[in-house]
Amino acid sequence: MSVPPVAGARETPVANPLFEYLLRLGDDRLVLGHRMSEWCGHGPILEEDIAMANIALDLVGQGSSLLQLAGVTEGAGRDEDALAYFRGEPEFRNAQLVELPKGDFAFTMVRQFLFDAYSVLQLDALQKSTFAPLAGLASKALKEDSYHLRHSSDWVLRLGDGTAESHARAQAALDELWRFTGELFESDAVDEAVRDNGIVVDQAAIQSRWQQVVADVTRRATLTLPPAGASASGGRRGRHTEFLGHMLAEMQIVARSHPGAKW
Amino acid sequence: MEPLPTPPIPADDPALVAAFEARIAAGESIEPKDWMPERYRRQLTRMMSQHAHSEVVGMLPEGNWITRAPSLRRKMCLIAKVQDEAGHGLYIYCGTETLGVDRHDLVQQLLDGTAKYSSIFNYPTLTWADIGCIGWLVDGAAIVNQTVLAKASYGPYARAMVRICKEENFHKRQGYEIVATLANGTPAQKAMVQDALNRWWWPSLMMFGPSDAESPNSAELLKWRVKRKTNDELRQRFVNLTVPQAQAVGLSFPDPDLRYDAASEDWKFGAIDWDEFFAVIKGNGPCNHERLAARRKAHDDGLWVREAAAAYAAKHLARTTEAA
Ligand SMILES: [Fe+2]
Ligand SMILES: [Fe+2]
Ligand SMILES: [Fe+2]
Repeated sequence: MSVPPVAGARETPVANPLFEYLLRLGDDRLVLGHRMSEWCGHGPILEEDIAMANIALDLVGQGSSLLQLAGVTEGAGRDEDALAYFRGEPEFRNAQLVELPKGDFAFTMVRQFLFDAYSVLQLDALQKSTFAPLAGLASKALKEDSYHLRHSSDWVLRLGDGTAESHARAQAALDELWRFTGELFESDAVDEAVRDNGIVVDQAAIQSRWQQVVADVTRRATLTLPPAGASASGGRRGRHTEFLGHMLAEMQIVARSHPGAKW
Repeated sequence: MEPLPTPPIPADDPALVAAFEARIAAGESIEPKDWMPERYRRQLTRMMSQHAHSEVVGMLPEGNWITRAPSLRRKMCLIAKVQDEAGHGLYIYCGTETLGVDRHDLVQQLLDGTAKYSSIFNYPTLTWADIGCIGWLVDGAAIVNQTVLAKASYGPYARAMVRICKEENFHKRQGYEIVATLANGTPAQKAMVQDALNRWWWPSLMMFGPSDAESPNSAELLKWRVKRKTNDELRQRFVNLTVPQAQAVGLSFPDPDLRYDAASEDWKFGAIDWDEFFAVIKGNGPCNHERLAARRKAHDDGLWVREAAAAYAAKHLARTTEAA
C-alpha cells in the first residue's frame, strides 16, 4: 500500500494526474452511493425507500463508470472492481463529506443536498470537457444528479420548514456538515495538470454559485447558514476521517476474502 | 395492542352471490366498484396485504448484503432488486386500497404482528450465496405463484401480478446467474452456494403453503378464482422447474428422497417438515423477531420525518390558499 503524499507545499508530484482526478470523481460517488444504500429497507416511508435506492443506484453506477475510466487511464490492468475493492483507505480520493456515517434522515438529506448542489455544477463544467469519455459520463450523470438535487432540496425545505423537531435536526446536520464542504472546492496541482487533458473546472466559480444555491434553499427552509470557519481537508490526498476504514472493511470483506474469484 | 375484534361477516344476498358466481364462471374480471361477497373481499384483502407485507419485509434479508456485495455490478443489481421489491409493495398496497382499506391500517397490522407475511423472510441471509439462492428460489417460487394469480378474478390484483411478474423474472435470472457463477467458481464459492441451497431449499417449498388437505378454504377460493391452482400443484410445478436448473450447475438437494417419476413426469420430493413451517408462521422462526424489530424501528425513526412532511404540506397549502 502506497503512503499518501503529505499536504501543502511538501506535496509530492502526482505521477498520473488524470488517473488521480478520475479517482476523486469516482470515489466521491461510490462512497456517497454506498452510504445512501445503507438506508435500503429502513427508510421513513416506502416511497422514500424507493427514492433513496434510486439515488444510491445512480451514484454507485456513476462511481463504477468513473473508476472504470480511471483504470483504463492508469493502464495497469485494474478495472472498477479492482479499484473499488482492493484499494486501502489511504488510496481513496473522495472528499471527507461523503464518507461520514449516514446519521439520521436529516443528516443524510442535508449532506445529499450539499453534495448534489456541488455535483451538478461540477458535472456541468465536465460535460464541456474536451476529454470525450469524461464529457459523456458527466452529461449522463448530470441528468441523474439534477433529479437528486430536486429531491434533496425538497427534503431540506420540508425538514427545515416542517416541525420544530425536524427544523432542529436539519439545523444540527447543517452545522455539523458545514466544515466538510470547503474541501469540495479545493484545487491543487492535479486540477491544474488535467487542464492539459481538456478538463477545465473553475473551482472558485463553482464555489460562488454553490453558495448562492445553498443560501437560497436554506433561507427558504428557514435554516441558518453556519459562519465560515475551519475546514476539514485531506480526502483528496488519502487523509480520511476514522469512518472510511470501517465502511471499506464492510464493503470489501467478501471480495477480499476470495482473491481472484469471479462473482 | 389488543387485536380488534373481527366483525361478523354479514350474510350476502343469495341472488347477488349467484350473479357474482355466474360472472366468475364466465371468466369476467371483478373490478373495485362491482358488488362482491364480503368473504371474497376479506379473502382478497388478506391475500393482497400479506403479499404487500412480504415484498416490504423481503427487502430486509437482501438489503443485509447490499453493503457487502462483492462487485459493483452485483451491488447495483441488488440495490435495483430491493428497490423493485419496495415498488411491488407500494403497488400492491395501493391495489389493496381498492378494496376499501387504508394502507396505513395495513402497515399498522404488520407492525403490531397481527398481519402475516411470507415465512421465507424469517430465515437469515448468512453468505453472499444466499442472495443468489433468494433470487433463484424465492423469486422463482413467487413467479410460479404469481403467474397463476395473474389470471385471478380480481382485476386490480391480476393486473398487478402481470406487471410484477416481469420484474420477478428478471430477479430470478439474476439470482440464478449468481448461483451458476459461484457453482463454477473456486472450491470455497462452490461450498458456499451448496450450503445456501441446503438452507433455502425446504423453506422455499414451504412458501406454497400447507398441503391442500390442510387448507380448509381451498375449494371456495378455487371456485371464486381467487386461487387457480392448489398449493400442492404449484409446489410440484416449482420443483419440476428447479431440479434441472440445479443439476445444470452441479448442485445437489438436501433431500435423499428426491427422484424422478417417469409415469407422472414429476420430481417426487420427501416429506416437508410442517412443524417447522407452523413454528415460523407463529413467530418462532430464526429471524421473525429481527424482521419485525427492523420494520418497527424504521417506522418509529421515520415518524418525525413523516410529521415534518405533513406539517410542511399543511403550511404551504395554507399559504397557497391565503395567496389565492
Ligand atoms: Fe430504478
Ligand atoms: Fe417482488
Ligand atoms: Fe423479486
